[in-house]
Amino acid sequence: MKTPYGHNVYAMAAEYPSAAALYEAAKRVRDAGFRRWDVYSPFPIHGMDQAMGLGKSWLSGWVLFGGISGFLTAVLIQFGPSSLLYPLTVHGKPRGFFTVPAFFPIMFELTILFASFAAFFAWQIMNRLPRWNHPMFNWERFSRVSNDGFFLAIEARDPRFTENAVYELLEQTGGRHITIVHED
Amino acid sequence: MSASQVWSRNYRSSAIYMDGAPAAAPEIQEAERRIAHVPLVLNRRNFNWLTQRISGVVEQPAPRWWWVCFAITASTATFGLFCIGYMISTGVGTWGNNIPVGWAWGITNFVFWIGIGHAGTLISAILYLLRQKWRTSINRSAEAMTLFAVMCAAIFPGIHVGRVWMVWYLAPVPNNWGIWQNFRSALMWDVFAVSTYFTVSVLFWYTGLVPDLASLRDRATTRVRKFLFGIFALGWRGSNRNWRHYEMAYLLLAGLATPLVLSVHSVVSFDFATTVIPTWHTTIFPPYFVAGAIFGGFAMVLTLLLPARAIFKLQDLITPQHIDKMAKIILLTGSFVAYAYTMEFFIAWYSGDHYERFAFWNRVFGPYWWYWWLGMLFCNCLSPQLFWFRWCRRNILVVFFVSMCVNAGMWFERFIIIAGGLIRDFLPSSWRVFHPTWVDIWTYIGTIGIFTSLFLLFIRFLPMIAMSEVKTATPEADPHYGESPEIESTSSGGKERMRS
Repeated sequence: MKTPYGHNVYAMAAEYPSAAALYEAAKRVRDAGFRRWDVYSPFPIHGMDQAMGLGKSWLSGWVLFGGISGFLTAVLIQFGPSSLLYPLTVHGKPRGFFTVPAFFPIMFELTILFASFAAFFAWQIMNRLPRWNHPMFNWERFSRVSNDGFFLAIEARDPRFTENAVYELLEQTGGRHITIVHED
Repeated sequence: MSASQVWSRNYRSSAIYMDGAPAAAPEIQEAERRIAHVPLVLNRRNFNWLTQRISGVVEQPAPRWWWVCFAITASTATFGLFCIGYMISTGVGTWGNNIPVGWAWGITNFVFWIGIGHAGTLISAILYLLRQKWRTSINRSAEAMTLFAVMCAAIFPGIHVGRVWMVWYLAPVPNNWGIWQNFRSALMWDVFAVSTYFTVSVLFWYTGLVPDLASLRDRATTRVRKFLFGIFALGWRGSNRNWRHYEMAYLLLAGLATPLVLSVHSVVSFDFATTVIPTWHTTIFPPYFVAGAIFGGFAMVLTLLLPARAIFKLQDLITPQHIDKMAKIILLTGSFVAYAYTMEFFIAWYSGDHYERFAFWNRVFGPYWWYWWLGMLFCNCLSPQLFWFRWCRRNILVVFFVSMCVNAGMWFERFIIIAGGLIRDFLPSSWRVFHPTWVDIWTYIGTIGIFTSLFLLFIRFLPMIAMSEVKTATPEADPHYGESPEIESTSSGGKERMRS
């Protein structure tokens, strides 16, 4: 979709006066059956995932994977040399499986370490961050999103997107400063 | 009747009962309202005010006092670094350590700083899991403080090993001598615990910073600020599809950091508990050290935040309620610590072990008697008991005085445990009292300089209060705000607001 001036259209967006208004608007947009849309707020709004029809985030799966790999790494670096490659008796302490209590602290630490790295990278990768720019930043008012602005944008590539219907929906839900956001 | 039928019948009847339940009497409702809703942000500040006030600290030119403070702390830090250089180039003999006191100020300072580093993660992780919204005003600076304290802590074992250039032997890196670490050593556990703790704290802190860096990016006026904040904000745009994964990551990081913070000081205490030295060889050490760490850490949070709050006019964000709650945590953990001290003495007597009994007698009446009476008894056990009284918790000067006492007391405690256990060896002919040299003293003061310099730089360049989080603690952040007059009156009204 293009504007008369030849810009590609990213979305139609509106600003809402409060978190509560944005929450109500999101429920209406969800019920209207849109798929490619998003809301923007300076802080996470409690219950917004349900209002947008989004389920639980499965980032936790990556964290579990990270935790298990950390645990196995610790098992490998401790048991490998101590029991198999280069068994060494230190302080008369046992070797092999019987030494396992002495290995617990490092197993625990590496489980936590790898799981935390998994969480840290997963939230960026799943959000497709870092990125240099985003079409929403083309809208001047949008700079208030990190201060006190609440925005809702329905993308032009949504199959249900028509200029008039979306404009009406945004207006009915109390959106202000309704505008077309350019892609480039 | 099957079990599921019974369940469903009970469920239905209870649902009916719940529907028909009478509402609480008006006087009860009124009383509950007053208890539950003392606002966390005073004077009904709006989102824009919060952003302006917190970002303003970073955006305005540095005030004169900042330069004065920074000049003092940076020169102290520089002299501390000189002492470290002198010690490395000359040898550990520049410190007062000598057999039998092989561990003294160096390890005391290590445990002291690591302990201070515990409050940040406690506030950011444990209080987050417990849904304590008051943490939002203090978590950012407490986490930063954690990182700086752990940096100071990491210096000491690093330089204490003697041959600093071989410190990489601590890391399990394959090498051509075929040397592998002894993973059954408590010191090795410590390396992993402290480095994991530092790394996870950095990840947690930076994750929390991203939305606030985006705020600074959107407000930036110069090209340099736009560029730097733009890079570090990762292109954050506050999208709810992003918040969804972000919040899950934050929750899980909090869940991971919670056992971690409890483990770190436990592992530090294993350095002592796994030895055979009387007063060190005890099973009470892990919980005792963790409680002491949280105790000392909160005292340091208050030490830094009380002046910052006054200077930057953040009284609406760090309210008397916040200080009151931190004081209560100090009282609680301080009482744990007092209990642990008492229990150590009891066990020394009850065990019937002569060495243990002698060591504890020596702690109270030996060469370091005044360290015990002043540091452990007065500063750590008695001074926090003032916080039983509301007047004391609400009086800034009393709170500041107690936190300074605790800061000092916790250092004395570690010194008494470490050096006090070593000065009286099993063989009386090798008894020797430790005396610090000027290098010992100035290395420690130097790390205080490093710590405060880093903190001053932090408040200059990064938002010291988590803006995106503190906004969620306001009534306007509730998606049902304004739906009924009840919600509005309950979330904004309260004794506190009326009074201020």
